[in-house]
Amino acid sequence: MSALEAVTAPRAAVRPLLRVCGLSKSYGETVGCVDVSFTLYPGEVIGIVGESGSGKSTLLNLLCAQLEPDAGTVEYDVGGEGLRDVFCLPEPQRRRLMRTDWGLVHQNPRDGLRMDVSAGGNVGERLMAVGARHYGAIRGEALDWLSRVELDGGRIDDRPKHFSGGMQQRLQIARNLVTRPRLVFMDEPTGGLDVSVQARLLDLLRGLVREMGIAAVVVTHDLAVVRLLADRLMVMRRGRVVEEGLTDQVLDDPHHPYTQLLVSSVLQV
Amino acid sequence: MYVAVKGGEKAILNSHRLIAETRRGNPDVPEISAEQIAEQLGLAVDRVMAEGSIYDRGLAALAIKQAQGDLVEAIFLLRAYRTTLPRFANAQPVDTARMLVRRRISAAYKDIPGGQVLGPTYDYTHRLLDFALAAETGVGTPEAAEAEEPLDPHMPRVAEILDEEGLVEREHTDGQEAAVFDLTREPMSFPAGRDQRLQNLARGDEGFLLALGYSVQRGYGGNHPFAGEIRMGEVSVEIVPEELGFAIDIGDVVVTECQMINQFTGSKDTPPQFTRGYGLAFGHNERKVMAMALVDRALRARELGETAAYPAQDEEFVLYHADNVEASGFVSHLKLPHYVDFQAELNLIRKLRREHEERHRKEAAE
Amino acid sequence: MSAARPAWDEAYNFAYLDEQTKRMIRRALLKALAVPGYQVPFGGREMPLAYGWGTGGMQVTASVIGPSDTLKVIDQGADDTTNAVSIRRFFQRVTGVNTTEATEQADIIQTRHRIPEVPLREGQILVYQVPQPEPLRKLEPRETETRKMHGFGEYGLMHVRLYEDIARFGHIATTYSYPVMVNGRYLMSPTPIPKFDNPKMRNNPAIQLFGAGREKRIYAIPPYTRVESLDFEDHPFEVQRWPHACALCGSRESYLDEVVLDDSGGRMFVCSDTHYCATRRAAGHSGAMAEGSVARALAPSAGKQEDSHERA
Repeated sequence: MSALEAVTAPRAAVRPLLRVCGLSKSYGETVGCVDVSFTLYPGEVIGIVGESGSGKSTLLNLLCAQLEPDAGTVEYDVGGEGLRDVFCLPEPQRRRLMRTDWGLVHQNPRDGLRMDVSAGGNVGERLMAVGARHYGAIRGEALDWLSRVELDGGRIDDRPKHFSGGMQQRLQIARNLVTRPRLVFMDEPTGGLDVSVQARLLDLLRGLVREMGIAAVVVTHDLAVVRLLADRLMVMRRGRVVEEGLTDQVLDDPHHPYTQLLVSSVLQV
Repeated sequence: MYVAVKGGEKAILNSHRLIAETRRGNPDVPEISAEQIAEQLGLAVDRVMAEGSIYDRGLAALAIKQAQGDLVEAIFLLRAYRTTLPRFANAQPVDTARMLVRRRISAAYKDIPGGQVLGPTYDYTHRLLDFALAAETGVGTPEAAEAEEPLDPHMPRVAEILDEEGLVEREHTDGQEAAVFDLTREPMSFPAGRDQRLQNLARGDEGFLLALGYSVQRGYGGNHPFAGEIRMGEVSVEIVPEELGFAIDIGDVVVTECQMINQFTGSKDTPPQFTRGYGLAFGHNERKVMAMALVDRALRARELGETAAYPAQDEEFVLYHADNVEASGFVSHLKLPHYVDFQAELNLIRKLRREHEERHRKEAAE
Repeated sequence: MSAARPAWDEAYNFAYLDEQTKRMIRRALLKALAVPGYQVPFGGREMPLAYGWGTGGMQVTASVIGPSDTLKVIDQGADDTTNAVSIRRFFQRVTGVNTTEATEQADIIQTRHRIPEVPLREGQILVYQVPQPEPLRKLEPRETETRKMHGFGEYGLMHVRLYEDIARFGHIATTYSYPVMVNGRYLMSPTPIPKFDNPKMRNNPAIQLFGAGREKRIYAIPPYTRVESLDFEDHPFEVQRWPHACALCGSRESYLDEVVLDDSGGRMFVCSDTHYCATRRAAGHSGAMAEGSVARALAPSAGKQEDSHERA
């Protein structure tokens, strides 16, 4: 029994949340990613690691339907009613998914926040998008979320452009989680932050993901991030998945030479 | 029935009289005729015809006279007049390969079949004020020498020479007689087809396109264009009346055409080859058609799989802001009274300041 | 009423536009009425008036006007502002129709920035000039994107803007072009009318037509249609109120313009709707700065006018 099967076997009764089959994308002569397949279950966190150019960002963009694949399918359990190909969903439904059931945490918080809208407005946007029309309630929910991501409620009316990088990233997380999504895509969530800030953010993320039972796809080149967050791991190189399995297993006993190189080239955590 | 006539009406009438007087200028100076404008300010007439979308030198000259030489205003006059004209027929596509050439140059080849024909151009004049033109005796009747031999009637387009080798992309002809978009009858829609784009650029403001084309050259769009060919001259316009079923010639128009040749690295499906940018306008309008060709190519970024990051590559930005009749109208509408809205803003800002002061007073008291 | 109608300038077709163009615009208008609040693209023509000065309203008026109609044109609520005069003169020249300042007597009222104070009645048409038909444009510059937002009913972002107002100022700080939901479906720009006029759009017996010439869009509100100004449950929509009454007619019901009297802070507030104000004065009402007797002497013989009117 492979490591992967060992993880998934007990969940056989649970319906998958996301199923990816034979996903490929290239840009002219340049390979984006080739023939990637995996299945993600509710509450599960999968890490995708690799160096820059390995295709992990392409893969993430395909998964969250920001990019159309050349081949393959991405299926999601829409509304708990079974898997449906996200590229075959009508556009309004796909857009609705993006702002309710899914979250997308960008590496650069500027890409995920409205920089000229207050922190409260940033968190409240998704609520208003799904019909919240009570100012006091929206504000209360925003305050609650600011405190959950350890931001000072007194800054609720400040614009994120006056926040530090770590605070912006926490605000971005709050903005995504406010609608209690079932699946969150994260692209280098700790990239560009100081080491001490990174550790605190990771801790916070792990707590929230566990507590809310959110499934997540985390793309990173930082093995420390996946060690802390991911249940399972896929290692990508030149657009292909070269190794996958339980996080600890892959990191402690890497089989593929590339994974071995990756593991040996960073400080152990 | 009570018919409204009030102060505003009188002021408008007086303003009209004043503008008539100002337009005429000093009555001791002979009045300029539309004919003189058509003959002696020909390039202004060409621009007004192109952007005004009517090929009529007499009307364009009249518009320039009426607008006191304000070309954007003259273009506006032609466009408003255009609205009142019925449409009798749609012309067949003009064939610029059969142009009666007055000027034709290529910067891509030293010599080309049919030869380089410099024609009338300011390119190689020194830009020194020519005080002879200010002489009261006038310039007399300057005459250009006649060429020793007539121009070669066979002047293939330079793009076709490249085309034979397969080095330049084919022009897209979908073969189907698909309905051509008509900018003068339909609102713009996006994504825009090339027909819509070229029609928009052909009527677009020369200054706007010039600045955009220039920005592309300076790196805000990253093209490396060659002026494959610029040609100017008369082409015949043909229509096919339904009763006849065959094409008849209804007259000639002067047009300027520019084919820009741009590098393209190729994609998964296509090998590296040159791509085209196209410009065409009524009259002798070289600066306009060159800029148009640059912008046309820049706007093909998405179609060719290039990253569209700059203003000239942004279809909605360019096409929505190219028309100077729309642009000057909307900018000038700020002269209209806005006092109802301004009153609303006044009330609001007073209220906000009052609230601000109260907050500060309260804070100070605490 | 005069017996013989004045003829129009026959160098032009009746109402300037050719009949095909009018038919095309009428088709767009019918579609707009069938889908209240939806912006119908139409093949707008160049008019002999600058874009942004009412070309859309003019094309709409030209398409619905007939020789026996009576036309009123206002700008900022006033019949005698220069652009209103200019447009009225245009239609006098190209249609020869009768014009009026009396709101009640007009069949078609073309307006910029105001809705008349006197309630409209069935059979009247109010034509709005629209500078920017897209209520989402300030939030999203792209037409391709805003059309999707309308198509999918994604209007959350508009509420973010209102949220920001309340967070910063304690109340919604949009004073004109205040967005409305039409018939519970389409978000619509009421054009730059002050939000004071927004409630008049709801359940109005008249037909409301909107023409945006430069942007080439037409939209409409059929009679008796639900029109709601966006707000929050705990911050309901409110209209402007003045501490003053009109200095000329004494009205406390109307939208007031501020007139600067001198350079030492002297101000007076008068009705923006000139016809409304004049009618009230003719009926004997007067404000603080009106010499009652003078006002009565100057006014044309009084038409009927009630003191106040119900507003939705």
